[in-house]
Amino acid sequence: MTPSASQVPDPARGATPQGDLQVSGRHRNLSPAEIAAMEEKIRKIEFAISLVLRVGVILSVSVIAIGLGVMFYHHGDYTSITGHASYKTLTSRSTPFPHTLGQLRTSLAHGDGRGIVVLGVFLLILTPILRVAVGVVSFLYEKDVPMALVTLFVLVVLIGSFFLAGV
Amino acid sequence: MTPLDFVVSLALISVAAGVLGSLVGLGGGVVIVPVLTIFYGVNIRLAIGASIVSVIATSSGAAAAYVRERMTNLRAGMFLEVATTTGAVSGAYLATLLPERFLFAFFGVVLAYSSVITYRKRHEDHLLTVSHDRIANYFNLHGSYYDEAEGREITYKVAGTKLGLVLMYIAGLVSALLGIGSGALKVPAMDSAMHLPMKVSTATSNFMIGVTAAASAGVYFIRGQIDPIIAAPVAAGVLLGATFGARVLGRITSRSIRLLFVGVLVVISLEMLQKGLLP
Repeated sequence: MTPSASQVPDPARGATPQGDLQVSGRHRNLSPAEIAAMEEKIRKIEFAISLVLRVGVILSVSVIAIGLGVMFYHHGDYTSITGHASYKTLTSRSTPFPHTLGQLRTSLAHGDGRGIVVLGVFLLILTPILRVAVGVVSFLYEKDVPMALVTLFVLVVLIGSFFLAGV
Repeated sequence: MTPLDFVVSLALISVAAGVLGSLVGLGGGVVIVPVLTIFYGVNIRLAIGASIVSVIATSSGAAAAYVRERMTNLRAGMFLEVATTTGAVSGAYLATLLPERFLFAFFGVVLAYSSVITYRKRHEDHLLTVSHDRIANYFNLHGSYYDEAEGREITYKVAGTKLGLVLMYIAGLVSALLGIGSGALKVPAMDSAMHLPMKVSTATSNFMIGVTAAASAGVYFIRGQIDPIIAAPVAAGVLLGATFGARVLGRITSRSIRLLFVGVLVVISLEMLQKGLLP
């Protein structure tokens, strides 16, 4: 079985019991029409997942940038290129910054730039989790129960990890 | 150095970390952690928190492009995440039980070994046309992708799923325990143990590391290890770099990617050995 040069589904390949088209758990031959339909669904899933990732990335980076802007706006002394203000006061272990949801809420209520940055980082952390959730829905839509269950397990572990951490 | 200088210089370094991380399937922590601790004198715990942020940024930034280009094996990635997330969650609670120095020394040796293995088989992908792996067949983890460097569609079969799952569990553990090195274990697990093509391995590792890191991010957040002034330039720079790196991977040959990966692996294993063995 040599790899074909074209991206068009090759009927000879698809006719093997587990062709390279993503058909799980069903050990039977598929007609070319079924293969085409399956390919179409896979493309849709890939598009949905890549869309979620792109939106999450753009959103979180924008919020982080706004947060940085607000922080530098409030602290004029931070923005000089040379000066007395040292970054070390902001990166030492004793520096206070929000690290619980309660603190984050208070910080955001005060319009604190660092709170906004933490919110952006939070959106960044949520992006892969949302991506897994979209995976569950997509596999259900594809009527691929084994993969849907596997993805659901990952989602439960991920959400559980936040509860275990006590966020 | 004023806060502005810090943010700008760290963002520029992070762009480089993002490019490298997206190409070899690692999170860029390899660059971020030593830069922060050695060059900026930041506490190691905060540096590891920043590394977790950089991993998620590399993953989401690069995967958006890789998934669209069908470079990622979505099914294999999502299937193996079962093991990585479980490993990451259990690792977060083993952290206090296991001596960190021993872990660094141990994984330093493991990665040095896997860099030798990867170097020896640097010339080609060992792709399978038939797989008798029951798990891989049941979940249909096989795939194909269009290789731009070779100008043809490449079809491959997946095998060694059980060994892959074990290695992925360990990768999750390491991610939670040490904050670095999870991608360094994922790529050889897919490339060597499961017979995925090298580029698919790095792209799929990229896709997975974000989820592995997210599983331990909650713990790092609560422990106060995610400092916004460090995380902001790292996240922004790495995202930019990863988006760029993801555009380039297709055009690079598997051999070059493998050699680059070996180089990075050697650096990580030396870093780990140094943390584990030197006082």
